[in-house]
Amino acid sequence: MTGPRGPKPKRRFSRNNIFIYGTLLLVSIYYLLPLYVMVVTSLKGMPEIRLGNVFSPPVEITFEPWVKAWSQACTGINCDGLSRGFWNSVRILIPSVTLSIAVASVNGYALSNWKFKGSEVFFNILILGAFIPYQIMLYPIVILLRELGLYGGLTGLVMVHTVFGMPILTLLFRNYFSSIPDELFKAARVDGAGFWRIYFKIMMPMALPIFVVAIILQVTGIWNDFLFGVIYTKPDLYPMTVQLNNIVNSVQGVKEYNVNMAATLLTGLVPLVIYFASGKLFVRGIAAGAVKG
Amino acid sequence: MSVVDHRTAIAGPAKGKPNRLTKNLSSKVAAIPMILTALVVFVGCTIWTIVYSFTSSRLLPKGNFVGLDQYERLWGSSRWLISISNLMWYGVCSLVLTLVIGFTLAALLDRKIRFENTFRSIFLFPFALSFIVTGLVWQWILNPDYGLQGVVRSWGWESFSFDPLYNPDIVIFGILIAGIWQGSGLIMCIMLAGLRGIDEDIWKAARVDGIGTVKTYLVVIIPMMRPVFVTSLVLIAAGIIKLYDLVVAQTSGGPGLSSQVPAMYVYDYMFKAQNLGQGFAASTMMLLSVVIILIPYIYLQFKGTSRG
Repeated sequence: MTGPRGPKPKRRFSRNNIFIYGTLLLVSIYYLLPLYVMVVTSLKGMPEIRLGNVFSPPVEITFEPWVKAWSQACTGINCDGLSRGFWNSVRILIPSVTLSIAVASVNGYALSNWKFKGSEVFFNILILGAFIPYQIMLYPIVILLRELGLYGGLTGLVMVHTVFGMPILTLLFRNYFSSIPDELFKAARVDGAGFWRIYFKIMMPMALPIFVVAIILQVTGIWNDFLFGVIYTKPDLYPMTVQLNNIVNSVQGVKEYNVNMAATLLTGLVPLVIYFASGKLFVRGIAAGAVKG
Repeated sequence: MSVVDHRTAIAGPAKGKPNRLTKNLSSKVAAIPMILTALVVFVGCTIWTIVYSFTSSRLLPKGNFVGLDQYERLWGSSRWLISISNLMWYGVCSLVLTLVIGFTLAALLDRKIRFENTFRSIFLFPFALSFIVTGLVWQWILNPDYGLQGVVRSWGWESFSFDPLYNPDIVIFGILIAGIWQGSGLIMCIMLAGLRGIDEDIWKAARVDGIGTVKTYLVVIIPMMRPVFVTSLVLIAAGIIKLYDLVVAQTSGGPGLSSQVPAMYVYDYMFKAQNLGQGFAASTMMLLSVVIILIPYIYLQFKGTSRG
């Protein structure tokens, strides 16, 4: 037996590899195209758009559409651009994310370490509730908020986001706290620590990564919300997504595609930055939400 | 063991006789938001809407029951029927395409390739964007004058026609293109996680038996990934029934009524047309369809756990 020994060296450009990379590259075009189109269109002037097509790169780069989208674009009610929606969204986002995560983390902790009679029943209702179409709960919630005097304001919307974020977040925290060794909890109990002390001194510091995952999940989710924003707030408090839709799909005036795309990109920028900055944690968040939910 | 003994020894006398209600009190207090959400919002509000869907409520919810009147009117309305047929088309196509694309991409990424992370980031990033952003971008790309159709025509193919957003017959496929763009990355991610969970030995065994790669996927791997497929199926289906923002952004339900969907029907009747009864009935039908999807899923999950 003479001849080469050891495994056959792999060729780098085998037919298989060309097929795999070729397919992946082709599909990548489909996924990247809209991003490219948004950027390119938002940097062109209107005359250039009318002459060319959506894919042609800008000849003369202009940032005017961005400025206009941010501070002058009209929705039919007012003409102060997307900035209003942006700040509304920020004012919705910060309390919603804080409150929903605070409530859900304590909840998940109670469900994993301090089970009481009936706690699992409520938890199961909560998880099943995540599958109920929002549409069926929309109107009764309007009544509830009106009774509380919160309908149309930001507080009401924050409460709605907290309620609808609860199933997935509670699940996320419950699963995480259940994976922490029981001995730790028992040792703390022996030392006389109570419910809140164990939560703040032991559980919360240990759960920091899962807090980050929850923040990513909530920031993208709440920023991207349209339905709750349009129903539970007044027009001057509309979040960015709602305002964006009103700007682009407004029927009055000449369509300014470059301003529209700049506005669209501006609205998508927050979740995009979060996505690319968080990397694997984003995947972990959606996987936790998806696979177990 | 000794730890447990200690605990009872300490906790026992310190607390005296534990009262059933005050036992674990902090935990119960902490769970109040969850209990309220579960009972008041998820159960209470759902039942409220179902009950009022049997009334003749219009501008305000009223308590005079009219039996199945609202449902008869709902199923007699051409707008609702268009919505349902659109959802069916969108649903079936989106289900099949998302599963096929999701699995194929995951399988390609699982072939130990380079730049796996880059490709994965590219396929997943649309999922971070809202349906509104998605809808508006694709509305622009599918613009008949400047978009895809215009580009192909400028290449010399003058009779080329692809204007889904302005053609009532194919408008739902225009929405489909955008929907798949946004959602397939998620399914790819779930499938990839499923593929990573498959034992390396399976591949070795298949190689020893001389089974080709594609055949191994079809005959061995896919059947093994049944739970992953079921989860994906439920996720996609739940997303399909909620389909709303995307249509609002892309077509606002037009041209005419040709891209209406059930969620839009609900919104318009509840908050615009002031015909609450119709909105309630339509949303109850939406719940019903979720229940129909969910029951086999829960059954399968339950069967899976009881089998061990």
